[in-house]
Amino acid sequence: MTDTYAVEARDAVKEFGQGAGAVRALDTVSVAIRQGEFFTLLGPSGCGKTTLLRLIAGFDSPTSGTILLDGQDITDLPPNRRPVNTVFQSYALFPHLSVAENIGFGLEMLGRPKAEVEQRTAEMLALVKLEAMAGRKTAQLSGGQQQRVALARALAPKPKVLLLDEPLSALDLKLRKEMQGELKRLQLETGITFVFVTHDQEEALTMSDRIGVMSGGRILQIGSPREIYARPTNRFVADFIGETNFIPARIRGGAAHLAGGVELKIGQSRADGAATLAVRPEHLRLVPQGMAGALSATVSHSVYFGTDSHVHLKLLDGTELVARQQTDPDGAGEPKPGAVVGISFAPGAVQVLED
Amino acid sequence: MSTSENRQNTRAARNAWLLSTPALVILTLAATGPLMIMFVYSFLTPGKYGNVEWQFSTDAWRGILFTRDIFDNTLKLADAHLTIFWRSVKLSILTTIFTFIVGFPTAWFIAMRPPASRALWLFLITIPFWTNLLIRTFAINQIIRNEGLLNTVLIKAGLIETPINIIYTDTAVFIGMTYVYLPLMVLPLFAAIDRFDLRLLEAGYDLYASRWQVLRRIILPIVRPGIVAGSILVFIPSLGAYVTPRILGGGRQMMIGNFIDLQFGQGRNWPLGASLSVLLLVIVALTLLVYVRVTAPEKTDG
Ligand SMILES: Nc1ncnc2c1ncn2[C@@H]1O[C@H](COP(=O)(O)OP(=O)(O)OP(=O)(O)O)[C@@H](O)[C@H]1O
Ligand SMILES: [Mg+2]
Repeated sequence: MTDTYAVEARDAVKEFGQGAGAVRALDTVSVAIRQGEFFTLLGPSGCGKTTLLRLIAGFDSPTSGTILLDGQDITDLPPNRRPVNTVFQSYALFPHLSVAENIGFGLEMLGRPKAEVEQRTAEMLALVKLEAMAGRKTAQLSGGQQQRVALARALAPKPKVLLLDEPLSALDLKLRKEMQGELKRLQLETGITFVFVTHDQEEALTMSDRIGVMSGGRILQIGSPREIYARPTNRFVADFIGETNFIPARIRGGAAHLAGGVELKIGQSRADGAATLAVRPEHLRLVPQGMAGALSATVSHSVYFGTDSHVHLKLLDGTELVARQQTDPDGAGEPKPGAVVGISFAPGAVQVLED
Repeated sequence: MSTSENRQNTRAARNAWLLSTPALVILTLAATGPLMIMFVYSFLTPGKYGNVEWQFSTDAWRGILFTRDIFDNTLKLADAHLTIFWRSVKLSILTTIFTFIVGFPTAWFIAMRPPASRALWLFLITIPFWTNLLIRTFAINQIIRNEGLLNTVLIKAGLIETPINIIYTDTAVFIGMTYVYLPLMVLPLFAAIDRFDLRLLEAGYDLYASRWQVLRRIILPIVRPGIVAGSILVFIPSLGAYVTPRILGGGRQMMIGNFIDLQFGQGRNWPLGASLSVLLLVIVALTLLVYVRVTAPEKTDG
């Protein structure tokens, strides 16, 4: 790893339209993506993922802020002069060209000798396992095959960074799983920096080295999948990725005070005041009522999922929680609706959110 | 449904076309009748006062390219005819090229408008069709003749001293045909560009293509069916143009259409007129054949 980042956005702002009707699609986004990293932009529809990708590719220029590639300012460089390639959500394959011609297009435009173009095209065809389809027109391919051509076409010129805008969203579930593995393999084999866009949290968690969670034109948190999942720093991230229980609390003297006089040590140092605690359902433990340090709750109902069941609980102040429990073979340990139980937390499972 | 019933239905459907026999007969006669007459006439001998005499002769076909010398009765290439053919082909090709050069940006412009205003632009393009061809051509005549609008303005503006002589030249015919046939180029081009997936432009730029390369390597090949259709639609009527060269070419700058007309009129050589007509038809048919070949979906290997 060198000391410059592969891609950087510094205080990037993108507004569409002018004056009162302007839409701020990106609001002062700063992100630094490392060399050779599989970086994922994750967020709900309309949060600005595509917009950020288009700024990096050069299809749009930022209203303000800068884009850097390998430490160099490329904000004013047109897309055809940026060593960055894109896998489009719609694939955007050239319908008048064969699979091989599509893959060789970039190198040909770069003016590479014919022999090199052909050799690299053959390599790419092998990499995405489409040797048999080289002469076909792209319209004669299945969705998954088109996807592979789009990938090969974007990888052929050996870009410094590959941008992928929800490349798997048009595929059915099975193919999608397959392509996820394939993408990861290609990224490792080529060592190219991938910037991957998705709104599927599972996809993001399983594939990425780091994830940037976006909402409303901002990047809310950047971290490894484990950090994002286990240590969400704000309510949106905690809620968007996986399921989370939110418990209101007061911070006083380095501890969180919950309803019913329960006090929890917290790892993070926080200013005193109101706060929200986030706890994953699998980190809630049901214990006998009245146990020291446990919250009291009433069981509303539970839902059986096979390997585990979700127990829906209600705290005294009305806060609703879900606890995930492994099931017993005979269902003996299952709490009955209306029962009053205690809830304790696994150590380190509680995350104090900034909101 | 039982098999016999099924078979009956199939037979009924198969025989239903018989009901359209009268229409087919009329169509066949209307389409081929005049052609047959022309074909037969082209092998007859001209009558003294027009019309034909029923005597077999291939003179009319030979007459397309050759004339008999009035003194020694030898066959010579008919230079005058060749000039007319060459002018027709040249002006038609020039018109096709020029309508494409003007029509492509126009069609692109219209296709990029928001859908609401696109209809208005297309309507504006078709406005010339709403007036009679003769009137439109006379209007052009008024503009480009020596005392016309163009020259008056240029002289008043002090840009030229004597009028530019455009009227009754090849240039005048070319200008007239370009004006008249431009919509025929724009409409099929628009239809093709409208179907063009603009995301391919970004894909092109992303893969290091310059603007020129995007135009040449992506846009033009994909909208090619529109280009071919537009070119055919302009080239074919240009080749047989009659009114435009007549009014703007002033009788001397004849094209094939006027030449054919001459044979049936003052020339009193109906068989030659007939053979020229058949020839024109063959050229048109060949052009269409090329069109079909070029636009047919390509066979693929693998
Ligand atoms: N060309 C444009 N003109 C006006 N507004 C735009 C334009 N492009 C994007 N926007 C707006 O900017 C915001 C962000 O859009 P963007 O396409 O980046 O979202 P996204 O995160 O990619 O969403 P999705 O997951 O649906 O693709 C949206 O509110 C969108 O309406
Ligand atoms: Mg998007």
